[in-house]
Amino acid sequence: MIGIIDYGMGNLFSVSCALDRLGVEWFISDDPEKLQNAKGLILPGVGSFKDAMALLDRQELTRFIQDYAKSGKPLLGICLGMQLLFEESEENGPSKGLALLPGRVVRFSGTDRNGESYKVPHMGWNRLKFTNRSELQNGLEQDYVYFVHSFYVETDDKTVITASAEYGVEVPAVVGRGSVYGMQFHPEKSGGMGMALLENYLELVEGKV
Amino acid sequence: MLTKRIIPCLDVKEGRVVKGVQFVSLRDAGDPVELAAFYDKEGADELVFLDISASHEGRQTMVDVVMAVAASLAIPFTVGGGIHSLEDMKRILRAGADKVSLNTAAVLRPELINEGAGYFGSQCIVIAIDAKYDETIGTWRVYTHGGRKPTERDVITWAKEAVERGAGEILLTSMDCDGEKSGFNVDLTKAVSEAVTVPVIASGGAGNAMHFEDAFKEGKADAALAASIFHYKETSVKEVKSFLKQQGVVVR
Repeated sequence: MIGIIDYGMGNLFSVSCALDRLGVEWFISDDPEKLQNAKGLILPGVGSFKDAMALLDRQELTRFIQDYAKSGKPLLGICLGMQLLFEESEENGPSKGLALLPGRVVRFSGTDRNGESYKVPHMGWNRLKFTNRSELQNGLEQDYVYFVHSFYVETDDKTVITASAEYGVEVPAVVGRGSVYGMQFHPEKSGGMGMALLENYLELVEGKV
Repeated sequence: MLTKRIIPCLDVKEGRVVKGVQFVSLRDAGDPVELAAFYDKEGADELVFLDISASHEGRQTMVDVVMAVAASLAIPFTVGGGIHSLEDMKRILRAGADKVSLNTAAVLRPELINEGAGYFGSQCIVIAIDAKYDETIGTWRVYTHGGRKPTERDVITWAKEAVERGAGEILLTSMDCDGEKSGFNVDLTKAVSEAVTVPVIASGGAGNAMHFEDAFKEGKADAALAASIFHYKETSVKEVKSFLKQQGVVVR
């Protein structure tokens, strides 16, 4: 059973629809005791980093998620949910994240290294470039996925990035270390490629029973 | 690199797709879910549903349509038409739409954009602008109420204001070109695209694949929307995309 963490800012419906299409059992909860029993968790998220962390803190989910991840059970953050896995964000003033992965969340500058301007948010279909090995990418070809975000992860530790996309900068798109994974794009909105990535995560969850 | 998006638009009335869609391959050409799945398979990057229901019941039915589409489809979609309040936005977005598009209601009360963006984030808020050239002022004028009412606003200024208030995308329809099938309004599209920092969807006038190339290359559009040429199978999303690829436009 997959647990979807409900802290009030998720695109829970589309994520759960995607799991339905893959024929997986899931439940939505904001209760650490219930979520503890899930074989794997999904942390969705749409909105601002600071608000999301405040909600996680208030519902005593911050410590729970950290402990869950440390226990070695799989956790997948999607979009803002992926950003929350990192140490801190500059969105609406600095705030601390879950610190399960090294790096910080910064805003797209809107100007690339050649001084050309580009639009923010990064919205639409962009091609993944696989940069490191990941169980999530097993058996898949580099393909297009759907992004919508104005902030991205900046990290000195490139080993946590397993796929990236080019948009003014190299945008970390799939990240992971140990049993903690993240996708900056929306796999549940990314057609066949997104479903295949989700399916790989679900297989990994099943394999770790 | 971000691809240019191709977006079919479906008019929905009381829960059914209207305005003649000619798909003999479908069991029911009026079923929004079936049509959505068809366009998804064709390679559409996104879909827009325009709710043209006149009644309250019709709008309720739209919520069911949105839920059914969200359950069966793995591509993003926008719902527009009849959205006048934050409550309307909540209803549609919670049912599974990725974005809502606001038109008349935003012109009448621009604070609605701030409210929507504040609550859901800019990425959920599309501002639809119906634009018509006005010789007396030498620029494009904003129209509301489905293109029936001229306003005092000029399109560029309104687009900028909408973005400042939190709009994440502009859906720009040229009333001069709409239905003519002689190409998108490249000048208008370019003017707005260069004036704002968010993606612009060109709409109105698509007649063939070359028109999409013009909208992207000259009009600097980020996405292009069409209805009848896809519905009547004058061309297909697949054909348009393969043509664009040959012309060096990056598409999925």
